[in-house]
Amino acid sequence: MSIRERLSGNEAVAYAMRQIDPDVFAAFPITPSTEIPQYFAQYVADGKVNTEFVTVESEHSSMSACIGAEAAGARAVTATSSCGLALMYEMLYVAASSRLPITLACVNRALTGPININNDHSDSMGARDTGWIQIYAENNQEAYDNYLQAMRIAEDPKVRLPIMICQDGFITSHAVENILLEEDEAVKKFVGEYHPENYLLKHENPLAVGPYDVCPYYMEHKVQQAEAMKNAKQVILRVAEDFEKTFGRAYGFFEEYRMEDAEAAVVLIGSTAGTAKACVDRMREQGHKVGLIKLRVFRPFPGEELAAALSHVKAVAVMDKSESFSSCGGPVFAETCAACYALENRPLMIDVVYGLGGRDCTVQNVERVFLHLMDIIRTGKAGPRYIHMGQRSLEEEVL
Amino acid sequence: MAYHFKAELSKPERFVGGHRLCSGCGAGILSRAVTRALDEKDKAVICNATGCLEVSSFLYPYTAWEDSYIHSAFENAAATCSGVEAAYLALKRKGKIDDTYKFLVLGGDGGTYDIGFQSLSGAMERGHDMVYFCYDNEAYMNTGIQRSSATPRFANATTTPVGSVSAGKKQNKKNLTEIMVSHEIPYVAQTTFIGNMKDLHEKAHRAIYTPGAAFVNVMSPCPRGWQYPTELLADICKMAVETCVWPLYEVIEGQWYLNYIPKKKLPVTEFMKLQGRFKHCFQPGNEWIIEAAQQYVDAQWEKLQERCGR
Repeated sequence: MSIRERLSGNEAVAYAMRQIDPDVFAAFPITPSTEIPQYFAQYVADGKVNTEFVTVESEHSSMSACIGAEAAGARAVTATSSCGLALMYEMLYVAASSRLPITLACVNRALTGPININNDHSDSMGARDTGWIQIYAENNQEAYDNYLQAMRIAEDPKVRLPIMICQDGFITSHAVENILLEEDEAVKKFVGEYHPENYLLKHENPLAVGPYDVCPYYMEHKVQQAEAMKNAKQVILRVAEDFEKTFGRAYGFFEEYRMEDAEAAVVLIGSTAGTAKACVDRMREQGHKVGLIKLRVFRPFPGEELAAALSHVKAVAVMDKSESFSSCGGPVFAETCAACYALENRPLMIDVVYGLGGRDCTVQNVERVFLHLMDIIRTGKAGPRYIHMGQRSLEEEVL
Repeated sequence: MAYHFKAELSKPERFVGGHRLCSGCGAGILSRAVTRALDEKDKAVICNATGCLEVSSFLYPYTAWEDSYIHSAFENAAATCSGVEAAYLALKRKGKIDDTYKFLVLGGDGGTYDIGFQSLSGAMERGHDMVYFCYDNEAYMNTGIQRSSATPRFANATTTPVGSVSAGKKQNKKNLTEIMVSHEIPYVAQTTFIGNMKDLHEKAHRAIYTPGAAFVNVMSPCPRGWQYPTELLADICKMAVETCVWPLYEVIEGQWYLNYIPKKKLPVTEFMKLQGRFKHCFQPGNEWIIEAAQQYVDAQWEKLQERCGR
């Protein structure tokens, strides 16, 4: 039986961690993810978990400790945000290439420069090519549910890759919402025990991890890593299927909201989906054929599936909550365009960069995006393809 | 427990041949010696910082290590080992493993004094049951002999080259051993390769079997960087000790012990003249260098003797 509760996103993730009772949790505080290790420290203090809680002196060290712990045969977890994730970057690559299924709770926050503690996706989007699986949540329930599925995906022998479970800083991490929690025993049974094949502390044989990899081997190792990420797609769906069977909540690569006959659609990630759904509902009432795709899985990128879902749409606005400074759009736009290129009839596509550093995104904002898409459909011309919404530093505002 | 050199050498090697370290390199000697200090029945995990030792001892698909080994990056060997040790504690507590493991970290002075300093300090402060062995060869040798904070003043390094207006490195060597003592961990020692390796062996054994965090700083000459014929390694180590450039001492639970006092303290030139990196110090007109180097060593030696209650 599910348990009805009211929790913040951070508390929900910490609650999931307690239920899973990982072997090692190494963490360093950073807003807005700090509460996760705080809640967990209390679980440790109250004897509710059997975890080694390592209070390291930096995020670089928390990821390094997770690498050591996971290589040693333990299930290792951490949590971080923003600059904390940036400080880990070097080690994120090492974790992935060493094929260590570490679980990282990422509470998305803008990267410093200038310092800003509010939500956007620049931290995890900056880490998009580190070789980590990335799954994003719209709300507290999804953050909790995604966390419960994380280890089953990451630790699968066909995958063995680290995984980032992302939620929006403050909007999701600090807002208290109704949530359905699952019973401890049911969670433990669903997640299961970690049984690595080889690890440093294995009785039968020693193991060497982290070689100097020379030209005749390095590329093969990278190809294996790429194959593992491809394999992750099926495993993500299989775990989601089992999750639905066990707990009754359905998940996929993305959620399609009122897309059946949509002519204009937005593609976005995270908590803005709630706002955008309200907007879609309102506009549908007015007779507009609009819909929404909320990406849940960004790595591996479900390119073919996303393209198929957009194949009947006339105009698409990808809404990027991070900048990539490519001069031609954000990361979600780049991936979505690439995915849709193979379509025979491609929708007209624009990128709307929004919400940087916590800039609010309202129902009215999303409505303006849809109205703009309708103009594009009417004229048949995409116009400017790379727009910053809600900014006031340029003379001409498109949106 | 008396030290028997032959008995120790007859134990199975845990760091074996086939590695690519240079002949006359201290890192290989250190690796053999410290793994020899493990009790045979005990297993170990070696955590290694990026550096000469790492790229020479574990080139995929070959390893020179008989024990489990992990390298992850340059600046984080101590943090990586923290995770390994935490995993050991958790898995042991949960009854998933049964063996006794010891945790040894090996890093050069670059990975220890400099880029890995924060990670080292954090791990020592947290008190993980591990020993950090620094093979201090006094420069970034793996990238080609650039100065580190462990490079002594006046040494010729590729980022502190000797020139018409430069006498080599400008700053004195950072005293890392003392900094580690200030962490108030149960055991800190300084040693090098002397005679039948008794000093290094006993310190390594004590460090490994002292519960909690321990740090052992081992002067480990590098023939490329220090510019000496490979067969002179032992002589250079001996001179480092006889001149008091690198005194042998240990700090046990905060108590300082001087392990060796030269009968006749030799002038610093006896150490310097064996190495090409100090060649310029002996040119006419550079007498002030020798004087300054001697003054520094004398002052450091005085300070150490005081600390050791002499």
